[in-house]
Amino acid sequence: MSASAVVFYMLSVVVLGAALVAVTSRKIFRSAIWLLFSLTGIAGLYFWLQMEFVAAVQIVVYVGGIVVLIIFSIFLTQQSGKDLPPPVRVRAVFSALAAGAGFVLTCLMLSQHAFPAAVGNRGEAVAGVGTIGAQLLSTKEHGYVLPFEVISVLLLAAMIGCIVIAMKTKPDNQ
Amino acid sequence: MSQVPLTHILIVSSALFFIGMYGLFTRRNLITMLMSVELILNSANINFVAFNRYLYPERLDGVFFTLFIVAIAAAEAAVAIAIIINLYRNFKSIDVEAADEMKF
Repeated sequence: MSASAVVFYMLSVVVLGAALVAVTSRKIFRSAIWLLFSLTGIAGLYFWLQMEFVAAVQIVVYVGGIVVLIIFSIFLTQQSGKDLPPPVRVRAVFSALAAGAGFVLTCLMLSQHAFPAAVGNRGEAVAGVGTIGAQLLSTKEHGYVLPFEVISVLLLAAMIGCIVIAMKTKPDNQ
Repeated sequence: MSQVPLTHILIVSSALFFIGMYGLFTRRNLITMLMSVELILNSANINFVAFNRYLYPERLDGVFFTLFIVAIAAAEAAVAIAIIINLYRNFKSIDVEAADEMKF
């Protein structure tokens, strides 16, 4: 087993272990911190796959944005230090059974499917930032400028929606 | 990188998906359910990047899908947290069992 494979399996153990603690921990703040570790491990997986730009986006948006937002909302809505109620035992058992059965089924399908070999030059990464930017804003055949514009409209709509939803309603005239 | 078969990466991402699924089934707190949804979205992202890197290394479509999923996940988390804070203001709790009426 080469060093690269060892790195991959260690990253996988970190990601899956942190995710498992994040969904089972009884303290919500610890749960958020374990989620942070899991997302950082996924960024490590992207680095291992030589997708540096995706890894940077993962760190900036997920670790720097979403987890911080989640931690803020925990502080706003939760009494810190109080344990979450444990899940109902029957529900936990059946959820674990369902998730385990789905996982086993997926693994069986994966082991039976033979993936085709890579098309073209394998091993050389083309995912440089310049290439990504040029193709993202290109209007040619494989350009992604239309989804880019649509998603910017979506982000604007989400921002306005957040402001409207979280706005304090004026007290009624009573 | 070429020593690890693609199947192992897919097994890791499906394990992450089902861990998120388990959290979504068992948790009854809105913020922890949101965390489970983030795990599920991330498992889809790993699949996109791995397929792009292993099967079509000279193209970039998987990278773009990953970037769009990340952007949508950020928007979704922001809207979800706005809804959660609004719910907390009205019900003084963010348990899904407590939010049993939509307008009052």
